[in-house]
Amino acid sequence: MKFPVQTSPHVEAPSSVADVMTVVLWALVPGTVAAVWLLGWGVLFNVALAVGAAWLAEALMLWLRARPFKPALTDRSVLITGWILALCLPNLAPWWLPVVGAVFAVVVAKQLYGGIGYNLFNPAMVGYVVLLVSFPEAMTRWGAPVEGGAASLALAEAAQWTFLGVLPGATAFDALSQATPLDQWRMVVTQGGDITGASIWQGGAWSVWLNLAFLAGGAWMLYRGAIRWHIPVAMIAGVLLTAGLLWGIDPERFADPLFHLVGGGVIFGALFVATDPVTASTTPRGRLVFGFGIGVLAVLIRSFGNYPDGVAFAILLMNLAVPLIDYYTQPPVFGRKGRSGTRTEGR
Amino acid sequence: MPEARATITPGLHGFHGGLDLDYHKAPACDRPIGEMPLVDEYVLPLHMHIGAPAIPVVAVGDHVRRGQLLARPDDFISAAIHAPTSGVIQAIEPRGLPHPGGLSAQSIVLAADGEDREAEPLDPWPDYVDKSPVEIRSRLREAGIVGLGGAVFPTAVKLATANPGGVETLVLNGAECEPYISCDDRLMQEAPEPIIRGAQMMLHAVGASRCLIGIEDNKPRAIAALQAVIDRLAAEENERRFAIKVVPSIYPAGGEKQLIRTLTGIEVPRNRHVTDYQLLCLNVGTVANSWHAVVEGRALTERVVTVTGGGVAEPRNFRVRIGTPMAKVIEAAGGYTEGVDRLLMGGPMMGFALHEDEVPVVKATNCLLAMRPVDRDPTPPPQPCIRCSRCSEACPADLLPQQLYWYARAQQFERSHDYHLFDCIECGVCSAVCPSHIPLVQYFRHAKTEIWSAEREKAKAEHARRRFEFHNERIERQKAEREAALAKKRAAIKAAQEKAAKQGDQAGDKSGDSTAKAKAGNGSPAASSAGEGKSAAALSIEAARARAKERKARAQQAQPTPDDTTGAEPRTSDAPERPGGSS
Repeated sequence: MKFPVQTSPHVEAPSSVADVMTVVLWALVPGTVAAVWLLGWGVLFNVALAVGAAWLAEALMLWLRARPFKPALTDRSVLITGWILALCLPNLAPWWLPVVGAVFAVVVAKQLYGGIGYNLFNPAMVGYVVLLVSFPEAMTRWGAPVEGGAASLALAEAAQWTFLGVLPGATAFDALSQATPLDQWRMVVTQGGDITGASIWQGGAWSVWLNLAFLAGGAWMLYRGAIRWHIPVAMIAGVLLTAGLLWGIDPERFADPLFHLVGGGVIFGALFVATDPVTASTTPRGRLVFGFGIGVLAVLIRSFGNYPDGVAFAILLMNLAVPLIDYYTQPPVFGRKGRSGTRTEGR
Repeated sequence: MPEARATITPGLHGFHGGLDLDYHKAPACDRPIGEMPLVDEYVLPLHMHIGAPAIPVVAVGDHVRRGQLLARPDDFISAAIHAPTSGVIQAIEPRGLPHPGGLSAQSIVLAADGEDREAEPLDPWPDYVDKSPVEIRSRLREAGIVGLGGAVFPTAVKLATANPGGVETLVLNGAECEPYISCDDRLMQEAPEPIIRGAQMMLHAVGASRCLIGIEDNKPRAIAALQAVIDRLAAEENERRFAIKVVPSIYPAGGEKQLIRTLTGIEVPRNRHVTDYQLLCLNVGTVANSWHAVVEGRALTERVVTVTGGGVAEPRNFRVRIGTPMAKVIEAAGGYTEGVDRLLMGGPMMGFALHEDEVPVVKATNCLLAMRPVDRDPTPPPQPCIRCSRCSEACPADLLPQQLYWYARAQQFERSHDYHLFDCIECGVCSAVCPSHIPLVQYFRHAKTEIWSAEREKAKAEHARRRFEFHNERIERQKAEREAALAKKRAAIKAAQEKAAKQGDQAGDKSGDSTAKAKAGNGSPAASSAGEGKSAAALSIEAARARAKERKARAQQAQPTPDDTTGAEPRTSDAPERPGGSS
């Protein structure tokens, strides 16, 4: 009897990329629900618009590149790109903001590099940074959370604002909007003020709730093996250490570590963005270096830079360093760890 | 039904990564080893071990008996082959091999006579303690013993890598970690005594002081059987050198270096022998057969083969004569089931798919695994690597398959070296965990063969380059030598001419002839003084001749004649050292 020849191993197929991505998608749900609850329907529109635009952009690029649709569109990675971008955007953003960001992220940062697995930079962060430098005004349209703020806009009202730029009745945009804690801090400091007395939090309890929801999602990803602990832990350590150092030097000018931790995108970035396997370091020690570097850079950019949040820039900068980090953090190979018997090996 | 598990020995060292697999050892593992009936024809490939192919010592038409030598080892690393039954040598010709490439190779074809008469056995040595390690090694060599765990490396050679008395610990490998395979498990259950006795013999042969037996916790019956023998020997003979270590069932726990790491904590690097660390690792089946060879004088003519998988009707283990066509073994196991589409030799992780089942069972055949599509998930087409690092987390060699893949795929083989490609043991764990379904281990095998062939090419080119350099250097040296000789000659001529001119002026034709002689090329100015006188006319003719000869010599050195080259050859015999040293 003759047989067609296949190659080993011949065992059960492992989980697929789509399975991994599905875990991440589920992990995004608690944070998204909390964001909608706290920041209003605009968040939901952002997510829907960014995810839809990202998916269509992916399909279009696959068609232009003459690549098969099915694997790329069913691996669900593009949904994550759109979703993560959307969660970084202001809750009172106009409809085109998530669309432009998502299209740029997918077309330039992902597909032009060759699609999933080949991109050097995190696509969602590229989209975010492009929006930040191109549309700085639109990127500041943050509505005040919970009572009296954006969350008070009904679904229809929020839709009117997002798509038509029309607010209900006599509501002025300024009445809705509110600077983020990071912006507050920046304002106080640039005006020469002292942040020790001034409240840069302004009802900032909401951001704690939001971060707790993201943490829940992160715990789920860790439990399901979609991410490893190294990057989030190292990144948060980097943030706390750097912020603590600066704060210790000058508490009037530099915000305290806890503020850095929950006042912006550190936890979200540490769990959902920096852990993107394609653009992160792939060795255990490399992940520690990568995460720590992001933490340090994020605080430095926040403290000395011109943009409100440094997490996105920090991630992109560390993305650049990944090949170098990976090369120098290779784990010692079997038999070359120094504990190999009586003789050590020379090379 | 949950598998019965033995208690894992505490204090083991373990190894990085590995995989918890579905083992599928039952039902083959639950049935006793069956006797494979004799068949009509046996095919014995001359090359079924690591090393040089054996050389036939029988001719077509010869009658042979079971255990009779058919082919002798050709080299230090080679193994003897013996007749699996009695019969007539029908042919010595190329036959299909169990090989992933479906190759054929020279094989001895034996037509069985059905009588299964035994040849005179080798001299039995029940008192092997009197025999020296060298004698035992030569017996193992004579009996064709090779590693039966799958490596088929000649056991005598393996023992010879140990310095005398240089082995402290003998490790018996009973960790049959591949799914489906249960031949060692059954052997340990049914015949534990030859294993322990064989290990005692090996302890003697290498001068080791203790024996650790590594068995996975999913083989409680094998552990109990061996333990019973160990306990009995301890009571009856005060034999205290044995200890069973129950290791976790994590693939590839039975990899030689992984098992040694688990049991002793020692990591043996790729380019080192296990014996460099005062260790020796042998498979349980190898040890049992070694005992049969030494104590009973029986050559290796059969082995236990697991015939299993959803593709055979009655999975079980058989004692199969080497050379039996696989199709017959499948038949003995009730034949194929409906829909079988894959036949593997070895396990699902490291085994390879066979092109056909008419190839013979060889010494390496531990398992025949027939599968249907329902026995495994369909392999989806590979997707791009997302660098999730599941492969590197599972790699028992601590490699970074995701990085290796990148360079193997880009054909950047030098970079693969940086990432220790050659430390890959091809266990298949990386492929098995990859969510992108990339056949990683295939890429690594391919990269290795590419690098090997590139290295062969490089060695060839290097050889050619050296030859070219020797040639150039030789030409240069000859030229320099000639020039030096000429310069000397010219100086001599000049000196002689001047002398002659002086003498001519002062003493007429007294020494003119000697000048001419010097010009003619014997280059000895001393001769000039002893020369006879000649006329000025004769002198000028001689000088012209010398000039002509000089011109000829110049022409020669510009374009060496064949004579020149061959004549110069012996002088270059020492040349290889110089460019070799400089390069």
